[in-house]
Amino acid sequence: MNFDFSDEQKQLRDEARKFLAERCPPKAVRAVLDGKAPYDRELWQGLAEMGFLGVAIPENYGGAGAGHLELCVIAEEMGRSLAPVPFSSTVYLAAEALLLAGSEAQKQKWLPKIASGEAIGTLALFEGKGNPSPRAIRLAASGGTLSGVKMPVPDGAIADFAIVAARTGVSGRDTDISLFLTELKGEGVEVKSLSNIDPTRGQAEITLKNCRAEPLGRASEGWSILTQLLDRAAVLMAFEQVGGADRALEMGRDYALDRIAFGRPIGSFQAVKHMLADMYVSATLARSNSYYGAWALSTNSSELPEAAAAARISATQAFQHCAKNNIQVHGGMGFTWEFDCHMFYRRANATALGLGSLSYWEDALIDRMRKRNAA
Amino acid sequence: MNFDDTPQEAAFRAQARQWIDANAPKELEAELSQSSLGRIKLKNHDIVEVAKRWQKKKADAGWACLQWPKEYGGRGASPVERVIWQQEEGLYGKLTQPFQIGEGMCGPTVMAYGSEADKRRYLPKIASGEEIWCQLFSEPAGGSDVAGLRTRAEKRGGEWIINGQKIWTSGAHYSDYGILITRTDPTVPKHKGLTMFYISMKSSGVEVKPIKQANGLQEFNEVFFTDLRIPDSQRLGAVGDGWNVSLTTLMNERMSIGARLTTGFSEIFAFCNSLMTEDGPAIDDRATRERLANWAVRNSGLKYTSYRAVSALSKGERPGPENSIGKLVAGSMLQDIAAYAMDLQGAAGVLNDPDVAEAAGQFQQMLLSSPSMRIAGGTDEILRNIIAERVLGLPGDIRVDKDVPFNKIPTKGRG
Repeated sequence: MNFDFSDEQKQLRDEARKFLAERCPPKAVRAVLDGKAPYDRELWQGLAEMGFLGVAIPENYGGAGAGHLELCVIAEEMGRSLAPVPFSSTVYLAAEALLLAGSEAQKQKWLPKIASGEAIGTLALFEGKGNPSPRAIRLAASGGTLSGVKMPVPDGAIADFAIVAARTGVSGRDTDISLFLTELKGEGVEVKSLSNIDPTRGQAEITLKNCRAEPLGRASEGWSILTQLLDRAAVLMAFEQVGGADRALEMGRDYALDRIAFGRPIGSFQAVKHMLADMYVSATLARSNSYYGAWALSTNSSELPEAAAAARISATQAFQHCAKNNIQVHGGMGFTWEFDCHMFYRRANATALGLGSLSYWEDALIDRMRKRNAA
Repeated sequence: MNFDDTPQEAAFRAQARQWIDANAPKELEAELSQSSLGRIKLKNHDIVEVAKRWQKKKADAGWACLQWPKEYGGRGASPVERVIWQQEEGLYGKLTQPFQIGEGMCGPTVMAYGSEADKRRYLPKIASGEEIWCQLFSEPAGGSDVAGLRTRAEKRGGEWIINGQKIWTSGAHYSDYGILITRTDPTVPKHKGLTMFYISMKSSGVEVKPIKQANGLQEFNEVFFTDLRIPDSQRLGAVGDGWNVSLTTLMNERMSIGARLTTGFSEIFAFCNSLMTEDGPAIDDRATRERLANWAVRNSGLKYTSYRAVSALSKGERPGPENSIGKLVAGSMLQDIAAYAMDLQGAAGVLNDPDVAEAAGQFQQMLLSSPSMRIAGGTDEILRNIIAERVLGLPGDIRVDKDVPFNKIPTKGRG
């Protein structure tokens, strides 16, 4: 047993941290937050040049062919720096879907473009409120075309293609759902940007009208692929959340050391110390659960469904907890636009929902634990 | 990142499993599985006797105090092997409770500061469970503020004369020896005038009085010293260096990571999984699932945090104060779990007769015992201070008594 990243993986993390510190300072995040651009194009191109976009994409598809542990390491740094780029939608969702279920031709076409930064991809799953469920999917497929409305779609307004979950049957079973790949710049696609709590990662409404699409994976296996895809993305997103939680904790700690009130650094008051200690506890639990998820993901373990749910819940809670209390430590200044605290608070609460909210993953975790228990 | 056993680890696991399978006291399996929080009651056996038999058997076959050197009764095992052993020992690990302070704290202190003769004399008997050790640190006037202790040791010739009182000493009533921290110089600031010794609990001048606890049990004790005389050869470390020696003891407590922490999760999961309510199985209820999921990730988070620490240990890194999170998380979790399990039982949740109560009354027992988990071995508040100061680097609390000679520190609050 060795429950840690290797020295090479840690080196990669240091490299990514250094790169992002230079190329993605808070000022760069703010540019997107303030609406000056829909995402940071230069940073996206830089990430491609560093090989970070294709770190888990095999070499024969233009990637670095490293693996998912390396991707986890990069994800953590993306979360720390709040990188305002479509990384999670393109890499955790679109690329993973292609790797899981794409045809040889689909992989040949899209994966090299993802690795080089030429293509942005996403997953179009949700249709309004509610958590992932086959019953909630109404967008219909017929004769190679799709019609219906998806929202919210992460990074939908800037994506070149989407993996779309569509209804191909009415039996009431999971097999009614199939996946399709559709280009978003062609005919029959209408895209509308939606305002959301974290403008550094966009959300959109996508309306498809007899839009041409090709199947991704076997018909009627859509839901089963989606479930696996969400588990994989949950682990990767957990690392982003762990990175964000750690950074929010550090910001709170640093401010508590610098800010003087009543003649002392506020970090010398037990009420503040204990709040920060509790943030450290949740960040540590989340990191450990995420490591377990990373191991399960990288080895394709049968424990992945349970590990992914645990990592997702723990990391969501930790990021929300640390981001919220970071504002509290900062007091009034934490509630200004000028201080960065709210950017973490926004990201924490947006990432808590994107792949399904806490209640969805709590249900999933208990179902999966029960299944193992019965086995 | 690799969770799987290496071939050597797999071989070690197979060997451990085989030995446990052939030797464990299987007749106690059912009773052990019903006990929680280390409060084991056996119908027909004395728990300390049963525990001693299991420990001796393990020691004779080389399965006791695994991480200790062989010449002192251990196995010279790696940190990972120790974790594997704990996984395989499972339920029967509950029987190690009387020996944990000896293995985790007293033994390592003797190993660091005792003479070679002391090590050869005492350590193998700790490992075999033939002699049980306790730790005499806390005092009525020094709980969280351990360095405020007042038990006096005065040198007369080659001997030390000890007078004073300790409290919250687990297992003092069945212990043979103890490590004892005393004040040898009250004229210097409090951390500087302390000295560590080891003593026989059977000496004249040592009196053990059990404390009846809030849960009705008696596991802790008061220990009184009246003109206890011990030779200078029983001193551990230099005169006046007792605080540093005690830090060694406490650091070793942290090294014994992977030590069994009870969170109550497996108990509540099993309970909810089998409990039928008016509306169907408890585990199908939305509110119950939410709580279970939250406890599940805290439980697994602690488990993998200890694995990370073991991995760090294997690479020769020292585990730090970050391991303080274990007890902090487990303590309040246990208390919450007990209360929720009883809530699910409705009015009948008040009953705790094992023959009548749900789950043989284990949650009622857990509820009444759990407050101690948040206090013993460092209160939740002290643990948060440790994390804030030693992990996050926040300022220490203002200590008004730090540089004051001990005998000038006020001893009374109001009035």
